Amino acid sequence: MHLGVSESMRECEYSQISTRSSTPMETPYKKKTSKKRKWEIFPGRNKFYCGGRIMMAKQTGVFYLTLVLILVTCGLFFTFDCPFLALQLTPVIPVIGGVLFLFVLGTLLRTSFSDPGVLPRATPDEAADLERQIDVANGSTGYRPPPRTKEVVINGQTVKLKYCFTCKIFRPPRASHCSLCDNCVDRFDHHCPWVGNCVGKRNYRFFYMFILSLSFLTIFIFAFVITHIILRSHRNGFLNALKDSPASVLEVVVCFFSVWSIVGLSGFHTYLISSNQTTNEDIKGSWSSKRGKDNYNPYSHGNIFTNCCAALCGPLPPSLIDRRGFVQSDTPQLAPPTNGITMYGATQSQQSHMVSDTETESVTKTSAFRAPNSFCRLPPHPSSSSRAASQ
Amino acid sequence: MAETHSLQDLQQPAVSSKVFIQRDYSSGTICKFQTKFPSDLESRLDKQQFEETIQTLNNLYAEAEKLGGKSYLEGCLACLTAYTIFLCMETHYEKVLKKIARYIKDQNEKIYAPRGLLLTDPVERGLRVVEITIFEDRSIGSGR
Repeated sequence: MHLGVSESMRECEYSQISTRSSTPMETPYKKKTSKKRKWEIFPGRNKFYCGGRIMMAKQTGVFYLTLVLILVTCGLFFTFDCPFLALQLTPVIPVIGGVLFLFVLGTLLRTSFSDPGVLPRATPDEAADLERQIDVANGSTGYRPPPRTKEVVINGQTVKLKYCFTCKIFRPPRASHCSLCDNCVDRFDHHCPWVGNCVGKRNYRFFYMFILSLSFLTIFIFAFVITHIILRSHRNGFLNALKDSPASVLEVVVCFFSVWSIVGLSGFHTYLISSNQTTNEDIKGSWSSKRGKDNYNPYSHGNIFTNCCAALCGPLPPSLIDRRGFVQSDTPQLAPPTNGITMYGATQSQQSHMVSDTETESVTKTSAFRAPNSFCRLPPHPSSSSRAASQ
Repeated sequence: MAETHSLQDLQQPAVSSKVFIQRDYSSGTICKFQTKFPSDLESRLDKQQFEETIQTLNNLYAEAEKLGGKSYLEGCLACLTAYTIFLCMETHYEKVLKKIARYIKDQNEKIYAPRGLLLTDPVERGLRVVEITIFEDRSIGSGR
């Protein structure tokens, strides 16, 4: 009869499992905690604004400098040079300038505010599972093993995947850990202080559009301010022209010094896009032929056109970190290790036997999270309830 | 007392273990999961069913990331509208992710839940792993 009850109960309880949330069951002991959004407990060094919708790096000073430079230069251009040029030449000039300016601003804000492709850190269960696999591979030695790597063959090239100790994951190929933001970023290009964010898979195209349009805007402003001064000089003389329009001097200086770096950067990134490399890979020379005759880029699609299309017009993956989602209440944990060694050492039936013996209500939320290694290496903690239970 | 204990247990089946299906990077950075059947599931699930689930997931992710005329068109249109078009429209990738979520829910209801298993949508794990939670089998010697 008891079994009969459990059978019918089992049918009911399985239908309650909702895959929409990561917690399969609503625990009756769920605490009534205030609902926090995931961005509030985000482990990386990022700043969030607008309720988690905007995400930036911690240091944003240089970003504000970029913004000020662009706004001031364009502001001066529209105020002092455009009226003259619109009258003397054509009103199309301010219109094109305006369109370029808006595009530059839009792409800059999009690059700075969006998630670059941050990989969420491993859940405790995942981390424990990985540690177990690594221990099995290493032979469970007592000391800390050397940096863990996994080799994988991608399109004929051997690529080493490194283990990230902070995020507790094996980094996917082309991902890298940004030490400034303390996150692993997918297809990590570089951390750009000028935009105040990392440049990765999700915002690389916006970054490229930004520097490309900024190059055009800089050259545009430079050319037309020079034109303005020349036209004025024909009328009133060079010195008078400078006196009538002092802002133009400032604009010329700013543009002159920026154009070299910005145009150079655009050219460099155009090369990177066409060969489907990241700045990281290019600097390290990962796919350079100097490393070996058989060294080639396994990610390249073969021709420049496809590479460009893929980088700029390819599908945009959504954010993996779900900033605005609510933090789930405690998820059901794996049964705590009852004999000091991780439960994976025991067989399934043994575990369930042990679990039913110990007090399951007090499934310790902490001990299951600790990596198995820590039990082997550290001296027995008196606070570790699982150890006490086994004695 | 044994009854109270087991009633509580019945309301929340204890998690026996979790199996993680890792990513398969042999074809590059596209989202693809390994189809190798984990030994922990041998007692609960057919190898063929498992492979079919993973293969369907892989195909769906490939569809999301496919480079082709449609995705280029979407990309260009988005660029021309300064990406404001995504305020009213979902990206192709998001549409496929929703399809995947429906598929996983369907699989859970039909195949995995009756066997005491739970498939977790990889998107909740950062597209790193397919997490399969194995619940304790209550039909064997429960309620002592």
